[in-house]
Amino acid sequence: MEFSHIIDEFAKDNNLNLSPIEVKGGFVAYHTSHDTVLSLLKFVKEHKDLRFTVLTDLFAADFPSKAKRFEVVYSLLSLKLNKRLLFKIDLDENEPAPSATDIYSAACWYEREAFDMFGIDFENCPDMRRILTDYGFKGHPLRKDFPVTGHVQVKYDEALEKLVYEPVLLEQEFRNFDFSSPWQGPGEYKLPGDEKATK
Amino acid sequence: MAETNKTTTINFGPQHPAAHGVLRLILEMDGEVVNKADPHIGLLHRGTEKLIEHKTYAQAVPYFDRLDYVSPMCQEHAYALAVEQLIGCEVPKRAQYIRVLFSELTRILNHTMNIGTQAVDLGATTPLLWLFEEREKIMEFYERVSGSRMHSNYFRPGGVASDLPDGLLEDIAVFNDNFLTQLADVETLLNNNRVWKQRLVGVGVVSHKQAMDWGFSGPMLRGSGIEWDLRKSNPYEVYDEMEFDVPIGKNGDCYDRYLVRIEEMYQSVRIIEQCLNKIPKGEVKSLDSKITPPSRKDMKESMEAMIHHFKLYTEGYDVPAGEAYGMVEAPKGEFGVYLYSDGSNKPYRCRIKAPGFAHLQGLDFMTRGHLMADVVSVISSLDVVFGEIDR
Repeated sequence: MEFSHIIDEFAKDNNLNLSPIEVKGGFVAYHTSHDTVLSLLKFVKEHKDLRFTVLTDLFAADFPSKAKRFEVVYSLLSLKLNKRLLFKIDLDENEPAPSATDIYSAACWYEREAFDMFGIDFENCPDMRRILTDYGFKGHPLRKDFPVTGHVQVKYDEALEKLVYEPVLLEQEFRNFDFSSPWQGPGEYKLPGDEKATK
Repeated sequence: MAETNKTTTINFGPQHPAAHGVLRLILEMDGEVVNKADPHIGLLHRGTEKLIEHKTYAQAVPYFDRLDYVSPMCQEHAYALAVEQLIGCEVPKRAQYIRVLFSELTRILNHTMNIGTQAVDLGATTPLLWLFEEREKIMEFYERVSGSRMHSNYFRPGGVASDLPDGLLEDIAVFNDNFLTQLADVETLLNNNRVWKQRLVGVGVVSHKQAMDWGFSGPMLRGSGIEWDLRKSNPYEVYDEMEFDVPIGKNGDCYDRYLVRIEEMYQSVRIIEQCLNKIPKGEVKSLDSKITPPSRKDMKESMEAMIHHFKLYTEGYDVPAGEAYGMVEAPKGEFGVYLYSDGSNKPYRCRIKAPGFAHLQGLDFMTRGHLMADVVSVISSLDVVFGEIDR
């Protein structure tokens, strides 16, 4: 796209780690590292031909099988160019991310949410409290190893006349119906003797 | 103690009629003036994003109705667009028109609710009664196409659930005409009303720069004078064939946002009218049988169609691996769905970008230095609904 060379040049001049990736939905997307993302955000926000002044979203995703487990995504919008830009960084479980609150005020709650849901710590975020889960909640629900049923349940106890928290009690074990069939239509099967047929 | 510490901390909500749901606000007050507002959200958190990871693509649709429950179809729309991008399927023209038609009805549904409740918050009951009557009619249209007044599950990846029933378009046309007079009546009550202006003009002012810095979208952005509407800038479905204007405000205060919403309803009426005139005949679902169930008629006659139907509603369909972002101009702002697919029949991760989340974050700077009563004006002008904020 027409503006990506500006970002590429900036990354080259400053020796920043930046590699393009593909995302559908009209994004120009880059993979970068957590120590360079802030300078990139600042650059694309302030450059006069880019003006990515709106942080539309900031969120995380969990990939336990990857070497670096978490992925944090910064989704930006330029009202001037009508273009969208995406930066992705990878983080290890105990690796903090830099906070973008100095560049985009909107980042604060999104960072709180990522902290709440994934346990990602954002350095220098002015307000690193939980946001969506209950007061005193333990665990990070959107991690893949967090059960969908949760760990505690809440009820009103008639005898004690107050709300009580207790370990979640499943009347029936959690059932995960996996209907996906291994058969995906007549694709490319290797049957014994196929090699003879190719000749 | 009371003499040395001048600020008082007040707990507003979560059971407060003007909190528009379960909002708990911790207000730091200096007398009647707000020093700091700290919204505590999450009281309606149901873990939608987590639940969707455990559902097939088709089963995930109804969760979107339950996010912003005042504008259900627009959210299904964003999800459907995201899935369609991943699959790469075409939506038939008639389905696109139906989607636009119902998106605009939904916009009216949402704005009537917002303006009605805002009026009640500020002491006027009549607009609510008038507007809710219109709202009820739109919900009847919802019921006629989907069988449900609110949680419609109507926009699905590949098209819409079913074709419009006979006579619906004529009834929408009648509604459309009557609605204009109702809306004009509401305007005569509010626009130059002394109390209404006292409570809204100059309250909760958002500057150009602040609106962008805080990630606002929709009427919150347009109220501050920024002409930005996804229907114009990134037209989806058949919005590029529609003629409509995008109203913008001047001062960025609550009153301008009210006027923007009113004008948006007039524009919605215009779009609905064009949809009614132009809607073509034809299919309402994608012809890709990988995602579209076979017709009822086929199922009665063909065993394979029966099996296919069963497989689609149990196993679902596999979506090619990749990432996609579907976004729509929902009545409250930009509603987006970011999907990670790993090639299986369930989304690996579904991120829901709700406009209200960013707007509520701005409550603190918007109410600073205002009176306690103005907090109520600002909350209702943010158009917050906790289904989408808490997710």
